[in-house]
Amino acid sequence: MTKTSAFDHLSQDDAIGMLRNMIRIRRFEEKLTVLFKRGKLPGFVHLYTGEEAIAVGACSALRTDDRITSTHRGHGHLIAKGARVDRMMAELFGRVDGYCRGKGGSMHIVSFDLSIIGTNGIVGGGIPIGTGSAWADRHLGRDNVTIVFFGDGASNQGVFFESMNIASVWGLPVIFVCENNGYTEWTPTSELTAGNIVDRAAPMGIPGESVDGNDVVAMRFAVERAVERARKGEGPTLIEAKSYRWNGHNEGEEAFAGAYRPEAEQAEWRERDPIVAFGERLVESEWLTREEWAAIDSDEQAQVDAAVEFAENSPFPDAEEALDHLFAPSKESA
Amino acid sequence: MAAKTVTEERNIYYIEAMREGLRAMLGEDENVVVIGEDVGRSVIGATRGLVEDFGPMRVRNTPISEATFVGMCVGAAAVGLRPVVDLMVGSFFYVAMDQLADQAAKLRYMSGGQVNLPIVYFTATGPSGSAAAQHSENPHPMLMNVAGLKIVMPSTPYDAKGLMVSAIRDDNPVVYLQDFVLGGVRGPVPEGTYSIPLGVGDIKRAGKDVTVVAIGAAVPKALRVANKLEAEGISVEVVDPRTLVPLDMDLILESVARTGRLVVVDNARLTCSAASEIVASVSEKGFDLLKAAPQRVAWENVPVPFSPPLEERALISDSDIDSAIRMTLA
Ligand SMILES: Cc1ncc(C[n+]2csc(CCOP(=O)(O)OP(=O)(O)O)c2C)c(N)n1
Ligand SMILES: [Mg+2]
Repeated sequence: MTKTSAFDHLSQDDAIGMLRNMIRIRRFEEKLTVLFKRGKLPGFVHLYTGEEAIAVGACSALRTDDRITSTHRGHGHLIAKGARVDRMMAELFGRVDGYCRGKGGSMHIVSFDLSIIGTNGIVGGGIPIGTGSAWADRHLGRDNVTIVFFGDGASNQGVFFESMNIASVWGLPVIFVCENNGYTEWTPTSELTAGNIVDRAAPMGIPGESVDGNDVVAMRFAVERAVERARKGEGPTLIEAKSYRWNGHNEGEEAFAGAYRPEAEQAEWRERDPIVAFGERLVESEWLTREEWAAIDSDEQAQVDAAVEFAENSPFPDAEEALDHLFAPSKESA
Repeated sequence: MAAKTVTEERNIYYIEAMREGLRAMLGEDENVVVIGEDVGRSVIGATRGLVEDFGPMRVRNTPISEATFVGMCVGAAAVGLRPVVDLMVGSFFYVAMDQLADQAAKLRYMSGGQVNLPIVYFTATGPSGSAAAQHSENPHPMLMNVAGLKIVMPSTPYDAKGLMVSAIRDDNPVVYLQDFVLGGVRGPVPEGTYSIPLGVGDIKRAGKDVTVVAIGAAVPKALRVANKLEAEGISVEVVDPRTLVPLDMDLILESVARTGRLVVVDNARLTCSAASEIVASVSEKGFDLLKAAPQRVAWENVPVPFSPPLEERALISDSDIDSAIRMTLA
C-alpha cells in the first residue's frame, strides 16, 4: 500500500519512531524537573524540553555507527542516539548502573558503544572532538559521519571557527548542528552574537542551512542532505536549528535568575510544541490514531517511571572506584 | 639495507633519536599519525624527513589552531587512530589547555573507563637562550597536577628514543617534553627499536653522600657538578626520574636511603614544581632517612626574561646546584 504523504520518503515506522523518541525525551526531562525539586538529584541539570525535534530529527538521519558529540544540555541527544533511559537515570543518580558508573553525571553521560564520543561540561568543548572523530573515520577509510551538537553560546568559542576551518580544508565528514535556543544562559543571543550564526559557514567555504528546529521532519531532511554530502567525501555542513528551551537554563534558576524572558515569548513557543505539531501531522496523514498516540505516551511515561525505580535500586559505586579508570592498563612491550 | 642488531650503538643527536622513535612507530602501526604545524619541514627537527617516507596524510600539516587539533586527537583516538602531535613549543600547550586538561585528560575517567585515548603530545620546551618568556616555559609542573596525563621528560638520546616508543605504544595521553637545549646533545643509541617503560627512573651516576634528583635539562648540569665535586671527595648520586607521571618514587627513596641527603633540581619555576612535589613526598615517606633538610633548585618565580644576564639570574646554574649540595652536607 502506498500512501502519499507530506513526509516525502520518510516511512511510517520511521515517523512514529521519531514521535516516540521525542515523547521519551519530554517525559524524561519532565521527570527530572520533579526529581530536582524534591532534592533527589546530586548536582544540577540543564533540560532539553522544547528542543526535542532537533536531536531526534538529526539522529534519525544517522546510522548506528555514525557518531555524535553532545553538550551540557545533552539528555535529548543521548536518547535520540539510542541511550536507555534507565541507565541514564542511574547515572544522574550517581549509581553504579549508570553509563559511566556514576563518574560523569548529567553533563558527561556517554556510551561509546552507541557511538556517543563525548558529552561536554565545557561550552564548545566537544566541537574539536567530533571534528577529530570525523578526521579519523575518513583517514581510516570508513564512511561514518559525526554530528557535533552545540549551542548558540558555543558558536562564539574560537574552537568553533577553528574546527569549521580545518574541517573545510581537510574535507571532513562532520556536521555542525548549532542549537540556537535564543539564550546563552540568561542573556539573549542577539546581545552576544554578531550576525546570523548560519552565515559563519560561508567564509569557511562550506554550506550553511538554517532550519526550523521545532520541525522534526525539516531537521531530518536537512541533516540527511548534510550526511549524504559528508559520506560522499564532500565535506562539512553547518546547520543552525532555531528553537527554544521551555525550562530554565538550569533547574533551580528561579532562585537567582529573575524574569529574564518575556511571558509572551514563552507562551508563543509553547504554542509551537514540536511534539504536538508532529503528532497532529501524523494524525492528519492517517499514519497514527489519537489512541495510538496516547498509548505511546503512556508507554514512555511508564518507561521513565521504571527508570527512576531502576536508578533508586542501583547501588552507589564502591567509594574506592574514585581511584579507578584514570589510566588504561599498560601493555608494556619491550 | 642489511638488518642491524638491536645492540649496535652509534652516537646520534637527541633530536635524531626522537625521530628514530617516531619513524619506528609510524612503521610499526599504520594507525599512528603525526600532525602539527609544518611537521613536513619541522623547525625543531624531530619530524624532519618523515613526510617523504610516510606521506602527507600520515605526517600532516595543521592550521595554527592548537586548541582544535589537540582536541581533535581525543575524538580521533577514541575511534581508532593513534595520533602524535608536535606542539613545537611548550608554551603552546597553554593555547590548548581546555582540550588537554579537560578533554584529553578526563574523558576516560569521566566515562567510567569506557575508552582508551592513545595520544602523544610532544614538544620542544624550556629555555634555549634569550627566547624570552613565551618560548621558554616548561609546563610540566602544571600538567602534573591535571591527573590523566602521563608526562615524559627524557634527558639523553637513549632515553629520548626508548621513551618515544613507549609513549606512542601507551594507550593513554602522554605529554613528551624535549628540553630545547638537549636537542643537540649526542649520545649512544641502538639502531633497533627498544622501549623504556613509563614510570621507571634511572640512576645516571652512582654516589653515596647526596642524592640529586634531576629532571630533563637539569640532568647534564647535575652530572657536571657531581663530577666537579668528586675531586673534593663528595660523592653525588644523580637520579633521573625520566617520567614525572607516573613517578618512580621507589627509586628516589631507595637512593635517599643510601645517602640520607636530597637535592632536587628542576628546570622550571619553584612554586609547585616537580621539585616541590618530590621533596614533599620524600619528607612524608622518608623523613627518618634524611640527615639534613632537603633542598630544591629551581627557577625564580618570574617569567623567563630575554636579556642574557637577566635570564641567567632567573634560571638555575651549576653554582646553585653546587651550593644546594653543600647545604645538605653542612
Ligand atoms: C567554557 C565554558 N564557559 C562557560 C560555561 C558556563 N555555561 C554553561 S552553559 C552556558 C551557556 C551555553 O549557551 P548555549 O551554548 O547557547 O547552550 P544552551 O545552554 O543555550 O543550550 C554557559 C555560559 C561553561 N560551562 N563552559
Ligand atoms: Mg543557547
